[in-house]
Amino acid sequence: MMKITQRLLGPVTLALLAFTVVMGLWITPPDTLLDGGGNYGRLLYVHPALAWVALYVSFGTTTIASGLYLWRRTRSMTMDRIASCAMEVTTLFIALTLITGSIWGRPTWGVWWAWDARLTSTAILGVLALGYLALRRANDDPADRARRSAVYGILIAVNIPIIHFSVVWWKTLHQQATVLTATGQVSVHGSLLLTLLVSFVAFTLLFAWLLRARYRLEVSRDTARATQQASALAQRQREGA
Amino acid sequence: MIRVAWLVARKDLAIEARSRVLLWQVLPFGALSLLLSGLALGPNDAGKSTSAPGLFYLVTLFTALLMIHRASELEHTSGTRESVATLGLDPAGVFLGKTLALTLELWVTGIVLLAGSVLILHTALIGTVHALPSVLVTLGAMGAAGTMYGALTAGVDGPATLLPILTLPAFAPLLVAGERSFSAALHGGALWEWWVIVVVALVGYLAVGVLLYGVLEES
Amino acid sequence: MTDVAVRLENAVVMQHDFPLLSGVDFVAPVGSLSVLTGANGAGKTSLLRLLGGLVPLASGQGTVVGLSLNGDDRRALRRRVGWLGHEGSFYRDLTVRENLVFAARALERPLEDIAPALERVGLSARTNTLTKSLSAGQRRRLGLAWLLVRRPELWLLDEPYASLDDEGRRFLDDLLADVLAAGATVVLSAHDPLRSAALVPQTYRLAGGRIVESS
Repeated sequence: MMKITQRLLGPVTLALLAFTVVMGLWITPPDTLLDGGGNYGRLLYVHPALAWVALYVSFGTTTIASGLYLWRRTRSMTMDRIASCAMEVTTLFIALTLITGSIWGRPTWGVWWAWDARLTSTAILGVLALGYLALRRANDDPADRARRSAVYGILIAVNIPIIHFSVVWWKTLHQQATVLTATGQVSVHGSLLLTLLVSFVAFTLLFAWLLRARYRLEVSRDTARATQQASALAQRQREGA
Repeated sequence: MIRVAWLVARKDLAIEARSRVLLWQVLPFGALSLLLSGLALGPNDAGKSTSAPGLFYLVTLFTALLMIHRASELEHTSGTRESVATLGLDPAGVFLGKTLALTLELWVTGIVLLAGSVLILHTALIGTVHALPSVLVTLGAMGAAGTMYGALTAGVDGPATLLPILTLPAFAPLLVAGERSFSAALHGGALWEWWVIVVVALVGYLAVGVLLYGVLEES
Repeated sequence: MTDVAVRLENAVVMQHDFPLLSGVDFVAPVGSLSVLTGANGAGKTSLLRLLGGLVPLASGQGTVVGLSLNGDDRRALRRRVGWLGHEGSFYRDLTVRENLVFAARALERPLEDIAPALERVGLSARTNTLTKSLSAGQRRRLGLAWLLVRRPELWLLDEPYASLDDEGRRFLDDLLADVLAAGATVVLSAHDPLRSAALVPQTYRLAGGRIVESS
């Protein structure tokens, strides 16, 4: 069952992305709901989904995996690999979120970058993600690197709400809730809603697909490292013979 | 835990009192940075108190990085690390002790820089004094965060250059909250949100530090 | 009550993917003196660090002073052993006495033991000297003073005879004889054989991260 799921992950992801692209670019009408709407509104099918994956799914995966690594019962290099691979994908998704946000922001606000609360907090979280990757590259001892990364992963989780609320209270220009109104009523209808929901699923699956691919690469590297270690051990033993 | 915290804090403060790095290196750096920030604003805006809270916290942030690096490197000089490791100190106590010492040093720095902001950046004396409680608590949160990030980077390649990239994003909300509350003290405005941010950050970092500092000790 | 202070079976220690120790078998009875010899890079310091709980065991089995090296709690082990490394001990910006007071309070040892320890190692006249002002040999003596205050069950000394003159070597020989007579176990590394007739060590030669010869 697991193997079938893994085999289908890539094709299903591509299919849903293709659906999103086709629907978003050609089928759905130019959006009239977003500020500055028109064809720029088609970014609705990309930007929120990217942000959702970057800020919740991806960071959440790293945080949970870091916590599981730190908990002795579940401590394993598998958790370390999941956390680090998820953070690499996070960095990619954050970059895409900021880029698509800027593309939408330029005609809307007249500038590529505005001191909007969510853009700013996302940018700060992007630097946090880069910091995680920098920390990993500063240490080539696997156990030490895993420990430090896991602690930093937990610190990031503490930081996220603090950063979010501090920046939101500081300033907000961002698009207000588009899909759900304040009373929870759905305000986007028909093909737009379908495409939007499919985009969320598609990008979430894209995250899972990329994570799996990156994880498999990391497993290969660790296997190669284990082989090198065994060889180094044999060589070292011959030194003493 | 408290006994160890007190022991470690006294040790760190004794080292600082003996070496006087804070007095002869960090405070001059802070004062100079405050001057440079005034220069950077240009001759028309250099003395404007509206910019002062942000500049004060920016300078404090960069000064704090120096102090955090120094505090963490105290434990990682060659030979010291092994000797201290064999004492088997309670890591939660070590974390609290180092946080306490770093926070006290940050308070001294903060008070000196506040005086500087009155003199150089022309903030009102009364308003600056009213801002003191929020400054002290914000610096406390920086102390707790800084102790954790300092331990994270100690012993890896390039700790001095890695520390800022890890620490500054975490300090960003403290910068925001600190600047807003300092501004509110000077010019009026809402304060409670910023107190929430700072107190939550302080409690969060203290909790994580007490729980996880021991994990970093094994590194 | 075990009569073995240290037992290692096929102990491997890795660091940065390099095997510092490549399968060490080693037993040190309680109250014994073990001397580790070997060329630079043979693994002497790494073996001492493993016994001190300063590095983790990558594979193999090991117990030190009754505590398993395979567990996660190396801190408990570190509190039971005494370490004297190459480099100076403790904080350079504190005086000799301040360092010892810090360490004594950390392990809740009586402060009254500090003065006799300093007397024993010949540092009484340097009580208020900053550690960074001490010579290499004097920093070694400070480390030994600390061990005398701590009185650990297991003494781990990394090249303690380096930087010592003849008088210093005689002093260390006498000190080790007293420590062994009191029931402690000592494992030390040295490039040269011990000269003292009073000390009868078991000598182990390391090469390639393993013990290749014992006598």
